[in-house]
Amino acid sequence: MAVYVPNTSAEQQAMLQECGFADIRDMYRDVPDSVYLTDLLNLPEGAPELTVRRKIEAMAAKNHVFPHIFRGAGAYNHYIPSIVHTITDREEFKTAYTPYQAEISQGVLQSIFEYQTDICELTGMAASNASVYDGAVAAAEACEMCHDRKHSRILVSGAVDPNTLSVVRTYSFGRNVEVVEVPLKDGVTDVEALQEMLTKDTACLLVQQPNYFGILEEIEPLEQLVHANGSKLIMSCNPMTLAVLKTPGEYGADVAVGEAQPLGLPLAFGGPYIGYMAATAKMMRSLPGRIVGQTVDHEGNRAFVLTLQAREQHIRREKASSNICSNEALCAMQTAVYMAAVGPEGLKTVAEQCAAKAHYLQQQLASVGLPLAYDRPFFHEFVTEVSDAERVLKALEAHDILGGLPLDQHHLLWCATEMNTKEEIDEVVRIIKESGVEA
Amino acid sequence: MKLVFERSRAGRKTAYFPALDVPAWKPETPLRAEAPRLPELPETEVDRHYTELSKQTYGVNNGFYPLGSCTMKYNPKINEDMAALPGFTGLHPLQPMETVQGALQVMEDIEKYLCEITGMDAMTLQPAAGAHGEFTGLLLIKAYHKSRGDEKRTKIIVPDSAHGTNPASAAMAGFEVISIDSDAHGFVDLDALRQAVGENTAGLMLTNPNTVGLFDPHILEITQIVHEAGGLCYYDGANLNAVMGIARPGDMGFDVVHLNLHKTFSTPHGGGGPGSGPSGCKAFLAEFLPGMRAVDGKLERASRSIGDVRGFYGNFLVVVKALTYILTIGAAGVPETAANAVLNANYMKEKLKDLYPMAYDHVCMHEFVMSLEQMKKENGVTAMDIAKALLDGGIHPPTMYFPLIVHEALMVEPTETETKETLDEAVALFRQIHEEALRHPEIMAEKPEKTPIRRPDEVLAARSPVIRYAFED
Amino acid sequence: MNFPKDLQYTRTHEWIRYQGDSAYIGITDYAQDQLGDLVFVNLPEEGDELMAGEPFADVESVKAVSDVNAPVTGVVEEVNEELADAPEAMNEDPYEAWFVKVGEISATVELMDAEAYEAFVAEEE
Repeated sequence: MAVYVPNTSAEQQAMLQECGFADIRDMYRDVPDSVYLTDLLNLPEGAPELTVRRKIEAMAAKNHVFPHIFRGAGAYNHYIPSIVHTITDREEFKTAYTPYQAEISQGVLQSIFEYQTDICELTGMAASNASVYDGAVAAAEACEMCHDRKHSRILVSGAVDPNTLSVVRTYSFGRNVEVVEVPLKDGVTDVEALQEMLTKDTACLLVQQPNYFGILEEIEPLEQLVHANGSKLIMSCNPMTLAVLKTPGEYGADVAVGEAQPLGLPLAFGGPYIGYMAATAKMMRSLPGRIVGQTVDHEGNRAFVLTLQAREQHIRREKASSNICSNEALCAMQTAVYMAAVGPEGLKTVAEQCAAKAHYLQQQLASVGLPLAYDRPFFHEFVTEVSDAERVLKALEAHDILGGLPLDQHHLLWCATEMNTKEEIDEVVRIIKESGVEA
Repeated sequence: MKLVFERSRAGRKTAYFPALDVPAWKPETPLRAEAPRLPELPETEVDRHYTELSKQTYGVNNGFYPLGSCTMKYNPKINEDMAALPGFTGLHPLQPMETVQGALQVMEDIEKYLCEITGMDAMTLQPAAGAHGEFTGLLLIKAYHKSRGDEKRTKIIVPDSAHGTNPASAAMAGFEVISIDSDAHGFVDLDALRQAVGENTAGLMLTNPNTVGLFDPHILEITQIVHEAGGLCYYDGANLNAVMGIARPGDMGFDVVHLNLHKTFSTPHGGGGPGSGPSGCKAFLAEFLPGMRAVDGKLERASRSIGDVRGFYGNFLVVVKALTYILTIGAAGVPETAANAVLNANYMKEKLKDLYPMAYDHVCMHEFVMSLEQMKKENGVTAMDIAKALLDGGIHPPTMYFPLIVHEALMVEPTETETKETLDEAVALFRQIHEEALRHPEIMAEKPEKTPIRRPDEVLAARSPVIRYAFED
Repeated sequence: MNFPKDLQYTRTHEWIRYQGDSAYIGITDYAQDQLGDLVFVNLPEEGDELMAGEPFADVESVKAVSDVNAPVTGVVEEVNEELADAPEAMNEDPYEAWFVKVGEISATVELMDAEAYEAFVAEEE
């Protein structure tokens, strides 16, 4: 009797007989002899829970979790209140399927409706879907929303996260759509180059704010150029920063996307994460994936259902705008619980502390010979020059500190969040000073 | 039930963050005009709110969940504990490789095991869901033909019984979809397939067992026909739970597969995600795989990689759960799991087939499809009505109206983790509802009556979409 | 079921009403009855070219989407934008709920008069 198979061998035998099967092979009579496995596969022998626990714990123990992290680049170390996982660990939420049966799924449906509202509030957009796989995929799906037969060229700022650019390129390889990278000037999207690159067949521009180097782009001129050309503007934003920064909605973006991991999801070696997607009212029906809507039941009670489903693959099949089916529902709830717990003031505190600590870190690094690579306003990430990135990182690692991400041997991309204390930052600077590495 | 925004009161909050210990930030950039209207609640209210919501959510532990094609098996608790280990959750994805050796071992081990189970040679863990895995696999096929200069292969053949994701994924990968009819037994029509293949065939997408729950006995002929025409064969692993350890897609002639770790390998569905949809392939396609694979303690990118289908390495914590499951059930548990999934389905089917006409009366695999077409004609009671009546009976209904080739379909997948008594109780409920439907067909449209809400007005929701809360200003 | 005499009909259940050199196009009573409650319509834009027999719009019910085919080849002169805001009009008054007004008509698919269409529908049933 295998683990998680409750029926005893005797019960299984009786059931086989009741079904009229001579044995298991007879039940699998449609499987040709030449492919029917007669031997066990080359897998480990099954093991009791305690043994498995030891094996997996041993693997986890081979990893090193840094208590001090100054690295972001698409994955951010934030404080997650205990309430967050306590709620998403609830069995009902964790083990439910997609809420196709609305009558017994109001809880999960309402949570998605609330999540959609949170995303609309953060981004200043009119409509949000129920999430996609991650921020990079959200950007790729947004590009898919914007192109059509007449507009088949996608422009991507060279300052978007390289993961995002790679995913956009891979998705476009599928659709046979051209992706062109807009060059950079001093760490931001080159407006003059963009102007020349905006052709009649340009579907959209994807720009990231703050950009990959942490710099705050000047969005207004980009927006004006793109819209004057009849193209669409997609903004990819870290949602935590939107607690304070001017929103995609205020800038006039057509689609807002991003990675919502900073809102209550652990680093988790890159996943599960969650991509949010929001659009103008006009583009609501082009959003991919699930959307929850409000309605009433037969007795007039407020009710929530999956809606606008005719956009989706199970109805529109090859004409659907996307194939997405499963999304990241529980992660969406996780971000919603996080936002409900910290509230608007808490999220603003997080954002302001991130920016404040990053600026303090930057000034301290500059004082020990690691100057800013680009003298531009930034948020909570920034690039410094350094003579030997490897040596700095090794020195920090020896003190259990994960330093900035090496972009190359002479540039580090740093990040600070509310998790980093002043003492920690001062320690980083002291270690670098002592290591004798300068720009 | 109140919305979280309706529970909100200005000024209510919980303090989670210490005071700022460095000089405050002086913004040199445009700021938002107004604060986002996120809810303002003390933690006690947050907890109450979500506890209320959880009471109106039906999970696998709330009762029987025979949702066809979804494999709603038990989600073992040890999996969750292992995925919550700080040694995994605290890892930054861009840490130095020597500090993540345990994580790379997880990736390397599960890739090895999943390849063994499917008969593939290499696998990427990057896709985050089944449809995402399909898209990835199709891009491998596209890259392969392209690499050979065989650019005319632009068509993907998909049976009419396929999940909607198959044609949608094919379209996303830039292929034209050729739909072929199933034969009267629900299998691939071999003549139709022979006529459909040609020099422009890029490949065939197939689920086996198929979406009506049958193992296609002509599987070897099917893959041979496609291969002889120069196409590749794609295996949709949605239904692997029926045959894992019994037969391998690789041995059936498939070149590419995707798996749903959230179906076959017991990771929870989370109300719609996160899942994980690894995409595997034979050796000749491995050079095109996306993302980074863990090889001998290092992360490596394939030589002619198609790029990335997601950031980083996929839904890593979901992969940890699936690995825990495989290590628990082991080599003998894998086929035993499959056989019991199939046995439970056949057992229910035998106990229902006198009342509920089976769409295909044949030995089924892990699921079976019933058709309420006759009932609808004679009594006006639909598959939807039966499903809604089941809600009142306390079980989650089967999948409704899928596959599209069966009218008034109900698709039942009990899974191996249910006891015989649960199956017997469900059978009794199905039979009782059938009797009620015959005696009082007029009341069936009123079902359900005992659920938190009655049937919702989906037309209103779609005609006048309200998809976010309207604040009172 | 209603089959107005002043209209012509297609085998794919669209109606067409000529007015001078132009024509109005919509879906028939039978079509709306088969589709059920319609919730959305995707309309072309002014100036788009229609090809006789090819889809030019689609209509959505909650659980299905169906193409609407052009009875004629021509150019869209006017789009009934109100329909997008009130898709229920297609159910309530299908012969008033026109989708587009088409001009520069060059070719048509095989059209039926009301009587022939009524017989055609009876056969489909």
